[in-house]
Amino acid sequence: MSTLTPPFSDEHEHLRQSIRGFIERELTPHAQQWEEDRWFPDEVFGKLAAQGLLGLKYPESYGGQGGDYLHEAVLCEELARTGSGGTAAGIGAHVNIATPPIWKFGTEDQKQRYLVPAIRGEKIGALGITEPGAGSDVAALSTRAERVDGGWVVNGEKTYITNGVRAHFIVTAVKTTQEGGHHGTSFLIVERGEDDGITTSKLEKLGWHASDTATISFQDTFVAEENLLGELDGAFKLIMANFQWERLAMSLGAVGAMQIAWERTAQFARDREAFGRPLSGHQAIRHKLADMATSVYTCRCATYDALRRFVAGEDPLREVTMAKLLTQRASFELMDQCLQIHGGAGYMREYWVERAARDARLGPIGGGSDEIMREILGRVLGL
Amino acid sequence: MKICVLVKEVPDAAVEKRIDPSTGRMDRSGEKNLNPYDTHAIEAAMQIKEGGAVPVEEIVAVTMGPDSAVRALHKAVSLGADRSVHLSDPAVAGSDVAATGYALAKTLQRESPDLVLLGQQSDDGECYTIGAVVAEHLGMPSLTQVIKMDVESDALRCERQAEYGYDTVQIKLPAVISVGDAINEPRYPSLKAIMGAKKKPLDAITAADAEIDASKVGGENSAAQWIAAKAPPAKAAGEIIEDEDTGETVEKIIAWLDERKLI
Ligand SMILES: Cc1cc2nc3c(=O)[nH]c(=O)nc-3n(C[C@H](O)[C@H](O)[C@H](O)COP(=O)(O)OP(=O)(O)OC[C@H]3O[C@@H](n4cnc5c(N)ncnc54)[C@H](O)[C@@H]3O)c2cc1C
Ligand SMILES: Cc1cc2nc3c(=O)[nH]c(=O)nc-3n(C[C@H](O)[C@H](O)[C@H](O)COP(=O)(O)OP(=O)(O)OC[C@H]3O[C@@H](n4cnc5c(N)ncnc54)[C@H](O)[C@@H]3O)c2cc1C
Repeated sequence: MSTLTPPFSDEHEHLRQSIRGFIERELTPHAQQWEEDRWFPDEVFGKLAAQGLLGLKYPESYGGQGGDYLHEAVLCEELARTGSGGTAAGIGAHVNIATPPIWKFGTEDQKQRYLVPAIRGEKIGALGITEPGAGSDVAALSTRAERVDGGWVVNGEKTYITNGVRAHFIVTAVKTTQEGGHHGTSFLIVERGEDDGITTSKLEKLGWHASDTATISFQDTFVAEENLLGELDGAFKLIMANFQWERLAMSLGAVGAMQIAWERTAQFARDREAFGRPLSGHQAIRHKLADMATSVYTCRCATYDALRRFVAGEDPLREVTMAKLLTQRASFELMDQCLQIHGGAGYMREYWVERAARDARLGPIGGGSDEIMREILGRVLGL
Repeated sequence: MKICVLVKEVPDAAVEKRIDPSTGRMDRSGEKNLNPYDTHAIEAAMQIKEGGAVPVEEIVAVTMGPDSAVRALHKAVSLGADRSVHLSDPAVAGSDVAATGYALAKTLQRESPDLVLLGQQSDDGECYTIGAVVAEHLGMPSLTQVIKMDVESDALRCERQAEYGYDTVQIKLPAVISVGDAINEPRYPSLKAIMGAKKKPLDAITAADAEIDASKVGGENSAAQWIAAKAPPAKAAGEIIEDEDTGETVEKIIAWLDERKLI
């Protein structure tokens, strides 16, 4: 275990040790198979729930562990140890983006119906915002919900939705006024069931192979009144609020993945010989590894600083945005360098590194792209 | 039934172990952890408790060690022990195996356990003997390398790892059992258990509290004295046989073994 780094305490390091052991025993040995299957089994959620890992930050009254975001942060970082970005993403979507809005904005009844079974691993959640015609420009979404007796009827299409096939409920952003946008978007909790008018199809991707990223079509899908999440027409600010934790979680995941990748690559460079000495004995490689370690360190510092501010209750929009922008690009670049140091082996499926590089490519796109991060920073910095 | 589990704080597995030549003791600076072998003993206690064959009133984690050993006790109670006892006293520092076993036995006497469990070895000292020493002082029967344990009213039916296969042994309680790591897969503590650990009672005691005879413990009073250490001789480079033609390779290996009268 590493020495203590704020904001983490002894208790967090104890949790880290526990989570790491659990992941290395229960998940990592299967990761390769799940990647090849293009699917990890739903039972993974049950296993995580039994260990209390789906409810770290949620109150005990809902079956959670009574911890907070810092405990959750440990999980975000350690999930990188599964060795499957897709598995980590599926778990992450459930705990980091699908359930938090229900916890924060849901009614007691919604918490009982969705949050409690989600923490138990019995219901799997997804967050449905992105559409074929609206990604970065969230305000442009066109899936609409028409008011009917006792609820809404939803029509439209979401895409690139993590857990999209397996999800039992989808926290879905819909237009509830003619104009939609900032003042006409609402969240509905759409529950899967028989004849629900929903069809899903899994998408083939560059990376995250074990996760079921899907397109979800709604055709006259009825959603009951009591499944409106938060205020009518008020979802836009909820979406924006939730982005902060999602981006921190992604930054933490990147830091975790970079750390492991660096360690493994440094070991490879010590073991592999070329021109009569270990690769690390060549200055070009040694310097590259030094730069890479520096990148891991800077990413960790920026992320932990943003995390510390977030947990302290500040509104660290600037720091979170910078951490997201910095870490996602740095992670992909680091993975590419790790791959390079592996030479031909780096290009082979047999080794972990080609997968790590593919998995890392999503970072600068998902959860708000690099360009969008810069747009936010432009605003925050008064440019 | 009351079960006491002996636990120890050891250098983390990732830390390279070395003897400090100025003291002759292991250098215990750096990252520390609960001795991984002890987690199997705690798990064994938990399985007896949860198994329900006999009611278990209490599982108590017991350690002797410096102040920092509190962290090992927190880990032990996060894995299910109900409370812990920490014997910490400058008088016991530097004790050898015999002195440590004596001090632990005195500490255990205060608790009057029906069963004492411990790991087969510590990850640092690796003596494998504390169980036997403790049992001797407590006047209890003792078994080592136990890999299966069933409770039968006032006795235990154990399988003990032997050189070939295993022995089945019945042992009367109270007894001292050191468990092998094949006995179970220890659980990982949940966050709730980790946060709850600091709230469980921890009894810090001194050598005097445990009525330990100070002339029998500590570095000065230990029979085993460290004199010198040297690194093991470097192994001669082995012979590598490249496998080009497997039939030929096998022949080469057989010839090599034959030459040394190993087959
Ligand atoms: C594997 C995967 C999983 C995903 N999981 C989910 C999920 O669970 N739920 C969910 O709702 N979504 C999910 N997404 C969607 C993800 O959030 C979007 O892909 C992302 O927000 C980008 O949107 P887009 O794909 O529509 O790209 P676009 O918005 O069309 O962007 C295309 C390019 O244009 C750039 N661009 C856009 N606007 C600007 C601008 N104003 N200035 C400069 N450049 C700009 C972008 O940065 C990008 O480079 C997932 C995506 C992937 C690939
Ligand atoms: C898809 C594919 C097809 C291929 N096809 C063929 C083929 O048809 N025929 C064939 O013969 N080979 C082929 N190769 C092998 C390819 O040429 C080698 O992978 C390549 O030469 C690198 O060698 P290596 O993999 O042993 O890496 P290594 O030589 O071990 O290099 C590992 C890393 O160390 C670096 N490095 C090595 N030496 C030094 C140094 N002195 N200073 C600084 N850095 C150094 C390298 O640049 C690399 O980043 C193929 C490889 C792949 C992946």
